Amino acid sequence: MIFSEKHDLIRKLARDFAEKELTKEILDEIEETHEYPRELLAKMGKAGFFGVKTPKKYGGQGSDYISYAIILEELGRVSAVTDIWVSAPNSLGGGPLMLAGTEAQLEKYLRPVATGEGIMAFGLTEPEAGSDAGGTRSTAVKDGDYYVLNGRKTFITTAPVADWAIIYARTDMTKVGTSRGISAFIVDMKLPGVSCGKAENKMGIIGCPTSDIILEDVRVHKDDLLGEENRGFQNAMKTLDIGRIGVAAMSIGVAQGALDEAIKYSKERKQFGQRIADFQAIGFMIADMATKLQAAKELVYRAAQLKDANSSEAGVAASMAKLYATEICNEIAGKAVQIHGGYGFIKEYKVERIYRDCRVFTIFEGTSQVQQLVISNALLKK
Amino acid sequence: MKIIVCAKQVPDTNEVKIDPVKGTLIRDGVPSILNPDDANALEAALALKDRYPDTTISVVSMGPPQANYMLRECLAMGADEAYLLSSRAFGGADTCATSTTIAAGIRKIADYDIIFAGRQAIDGDTAQVGPQTAQRLGLPSVTYVQNIRELKQGSVIVERQLEDGYEVVEVQTPCVLTAVKELNTPRYMSVENIEEAYTKAITTWNEVDVNLKPEDCGLKASPTQILRSFAPAPKGKGKLLAGSIAEVSAQLVAELSELHVI
Repeated sequence: MIFSEKHDLIRKLARDFAEKELTKEILDEIEETHEYPRELLAKMGKAGFFGVKTPKKYGGQGSDYISYAIILEELGRVSAVTDIWVSAPNSLGGGPLMLAGTEAQLEKYLRPVATGEGIMAFGLTEPEAGSDAGGTRSTAVKDGDYYVLNGRKTFITTAPVADWAIIYARTDMTKVGTSRGISAFIVDMKLPGVSCGKAENKMGIIGCPTSDIILEDVRVHKDDLLGEENRGFQNAMKTLDIGRIGVAAMSIGVAQGALDEAIKYSKERKQFGQRIADFQAIGFMIADMATKLQAAKELVYRAAQLKDANSSEAGVAASMAKLYATEICNEIAGKAVQIHGGYGFIKEYKVERIYRDCRVFTIFEGTSQVQQLVISNALLKK
Repeated sequence: MKIIVCAKQVPDTNEVKIDPVKGTLIRDGVPSILNPDDANALEAALALKDRYPDTTISVVSMGPPQANYMLRECLAMGADEAYLLSSRAFGGADTCATSTTIAAGIRKIADYDIIFAGRQAIDGDTAQVGPQTAQRLGLPSVTYVQNIRELKQGSVIVERQLEDGYEVVEVQTPCVLTAVKELNTPRYMSVENIEEAYTKAITTWNEVDVNLKPEDCGLKASPTQILRSFAPAPKGKGKLLAGSIAEVSAQLVAELSELHVI
């Protein structure tokens, strides 16, 4: 894809930011302390990274999906965990609000999410409802002006530091076991009865905490019902549809970072009296990595472009982009480790972290198999 | 308050190579960037605008149409408007002709309080265009500004960088100030400002628009003639002496005497 000058400037902004702010020292410190520096988040908010597509009237930047994809790509090239912090407010945090929020809800919640003053988590997954989100067991029972929520959400990104969470819970008990009868609520994390589990000890993406959210008789006011009652599942699915472009965009960025490292290392490392880059075995590996990466990039940019054009093909295009980009990101990261040999197994080398960080990409926001389901359904169930 | 910032699009010298035969810069395929000192000049203006919100910042540049991209970047950092002085007649200008053109553009923009420029551009390293522009506009100028201490009614107090310290200068406004990198850290653009930058028009002026005759512009008005340019030969490797202090001292004196240095 040939980008407009405007999108070139967006790339310049994100690349400058990544190169100047996401230094090796800072990234190593995040990995060690598991803490992402608040001041770095503040700088990202100022640059506009938290509300890329959010309308200006709610504190956002009023840009588009291509800009969003470019920003994730350029930041992810240097730091995968940074992408999680950027995608959270743009996608899973802001998405459900933009899809279904009332004017008052948008003003109260979307604005701080878009500027970075507040953090919104997305609570859909449950211990027994992962890919099968219709299996949601959390409940919300109406009691006057309130809903009383009970249940447990799991693997919730940013939960321990969130100000609020979108919680999906069953309001129609006659529809148990189906995707109908689920509603979405905006839950203040400080409400009585809300607690978080211990932050998970993850393989990668260290520096953005993930935990359970436990709801015990939490009274949520009816003003915080998001969208229509019993229509929450649609809201969640539409949010994930959009979120897929984000994970796909992270993947091409992280894969580019892995490829950069592989190229650099293969030109430095000497064996049998020559640079390993001069062995055809390595050269051809790098050629394949770069070609697959370019194919993935085109899928991601196309999905973003279709979404910006409000095309009905955007959903499947996003699934294809996520399926392919996340898989080849893992493949490229694996090859980059292989090219590094034993050094790739050592934490001092960037590819070691990249390899761990990208593993979750084929899993979260819809596994590769769920993407295959979406794509095949679109093709076969017309 | 009205501030004018002079900016130049330059090749990124980190990426530039020198033609070994001609001794000139190979510009093909080299990305163009906003000259770093000019980014400091713009940041100085933006910082004043942060303090005095009713300030307008106009960026002015001379260059080919491609320089629009750099001007969009200036708008995306927060400048209000941009002017590009662009014409075939401006081609081949040295600093003398460039400052004539820039000054003519600034005269047309008019009503300015402060003009900021970068100390020098990384492609030519002359540091002449800023002060020359001041001269042509009949304005006082302070070069190498490393800090702006105070903005007063009708004057500004700045620190001017010297090799081993600085001097404090109070200068009447309007004036020209040239910025060094120690003055500040240029801010990032923002996504919102990039979006907005593309809704604004960049004004393009040629020599007629700024009331210049063709003979006052470009190559025709450039007294500088380059006879030859070359890259200085790289210094040879140094020599390391090993041993005790007494031994290396003796060896050093012997070698320097041999070379008739001492």
